[in-house]
Amino acid sequence: MMEWETVIGLEIHAQLATKTKIFSGASTAYGAEPNSQACAIDLGLPGVLPVLNREVARMAAMFGLAIDAEIAHRSVFARKNYFYPDLPKGYQISQYELPIVRKGQLRIDLEDGSSKTVGVTRAHLEEDAGKSLHEDFHGLSGIDLNRAGTPLLEIVSEPDLRSAKEAVAYMKKLHQLVVYLGICDGNMQEGSFRCDANVSVRPKGEPKFGTRAEIKNLNSFRFVERAIEFEIERQIDLIEAGGRVVQETRLYDPDRGETRSMRGKEEANDYRYFPDPDLLPLVLDDEFIAAARASLPELPEVKKRRFVEHYGLSAYDAAVLTTSRALGDYYEAVVAALGGEPKLCANWVMGDLSAFLNKEGQDIAESPVSAAQLAGLLRRIQDRTISGKIAKDVFEALWAGEGDADAIIAQRGLKQITDTSAIEQVIDDVIAANPAQLAQYRAGKDKLFGFFVGQVMKLSKGKANPQQVNDLLAEKLKG
Amino acid sequence: MSLGPAEVAKIAHLARLAILDEDAPAYARNLSAILELVDQMNAVDTTGVAPMAHPLDMAQRLRPDEVSESNQRAHFQAIAPQTEAGLYLVPKVIE
Repeated sequence: MMEWETVIGLEIHAQLATKTKIFSGASTAYGAEPNSQACAIDLGLPGVLPVLNREVARMAAMFGLAIDAEIAHRSVFARKNYFYPDLPKGYQISQYELPIVRKGQLRIDLEDGSSKTVGVTRAHLEEDAGKSLHEDFHGLSGIDLNRAGTPLLEIVSEPDLRSAKEAVAYMKKLHQLVVYLGICDGNMQEGSFRCDANVSVRPKGEPKFGTRAEIKNLNSFRFVERAIEFEIERQIDLIEAGGRVVQETRLYDPDRGETRSMRGKEEANDYRYFPDPDLLPLVLDDEFIAAARASLPELPEVKKRRFVEHYGLSAYDAAVLTTSRALGDYYEAVVAALGGEPKLCANWVMGDLSAFLNKEGQDIAESPVSAAQLAGLLRRIQDRTISGKIAKDVFEALWAGEGDADAIIAQRGLKQITDTSAIEQVIDDVIAANPAQLAQYRAGKDKLFGFFVGQVMKLSKGKANPQQVNDLLAEKLKG
Repeated sequence: MSLGPAEVAKIAHLARLAILDEDAPAYARNLSAILELVDQMNAVDTTGVAPMAHPLDMAQRLRPDEVSESNQRAHFQAIAPQTEAGLYLVPKVIE
């Protein structure tokens, strides 16, 4: 049995989060009426000229700086020629020989705890095409050109990835990065972040690459993993059965979990690129690039390291809390409002808050409990007004919008009982009510200690301070 | 470099141009003449000369990211052969 090595390179299209198109002043807002945001330039009407959106250049530069790439002082737009109804001009404006972002790199973390540096060959600017709807229009196709001209940054990786898992780790890392940078909303359902995968296999140790297939239509992390795994197996089976992999474009079908050939598309793969005479070279001076650098936010890796060093969090906690910029900001706002206790804050943000958000399918930005409100709750745990257990109930009420922690605690009478004589009174009542258990306990049945604690907590409606209950009960039960 | 009728047919297809078979030899001659000119230019030593992407020695002007276009769908669709539900209708192209 031969051992095979997989070689994967990804091309990721990130839709840039601008207000307007790359070459026109039409809006890019998602979900508008069909063709209501397709202007004369997007439609490719005669006599129009494209004018580049400054924000597009700035965002591409930010991305390049974040992956330690060289930003081209001079890049050139080219026409990629092909015919399809959702491409009104008969060509897509893209960048070919001289892209805006040159070679960079991205470090990815793998499941076994190791990390790997993946090369980014280049990233270039281009315009998106429109959408074809093949549903029933009396045998015709419907074309919506609202998406035509939306700015895309195509990020091309080196063939450095060796498994579906590595490909997903790389894609997730890039996703996190572009969202952090605020240059892409990352919404994969809406197609703001999508991926084509080039997959090939070769016998282990063979220096030459095998023939690759390009898989299109990958718009979720799960699909990327499944499609690549299917494709690896298909290619190995094919070669082992004496066949040969053909270089072709394949489409992933999520319903069947398989890739299949896009028949007949290969002959059209002659794009005849040439510099677009409608557009002058894009020249970015040092000042422009310096301004882009100045607008970079704290990047995920740096934030993670700071959370470990500054807050004393574990590497795991720091990684979770820096998954998104919004989550990290929320966490820091809680710590700031509480004035300390970073570990307690981390536990609550990663624990109860995240659990509720997940359950409701909400993002941290949509959390009904503000950072200040959560800090208000944690303050009452800190000063022992309530126990951690009662705090969970208060949190539920906070989530339900019943007001701030203090109001909920007062209104529901949840204030913890820390008055020793009051707790002793409850303990006395419990002991008096359970003479049989008391006798058994004193006869050596230690397990019954838990029973007494339970009874005391029940009688105090959970409000007795647990530590004091333990101490006082032990004392009293001794007799 | 010189082109034959088969290459002319392929180029015409890529550009979606309908040409008559009897015109193909003439196109082949003319296109070949253009390529010969390119060959002559290729023969010049251009070491150290940066490739030119545009005849104008100017840089691309940049535009602020502000919406300047309004919805003119009805206007544009007035010249479309067929529309429905706001969509342009075209002969079906299925992948």
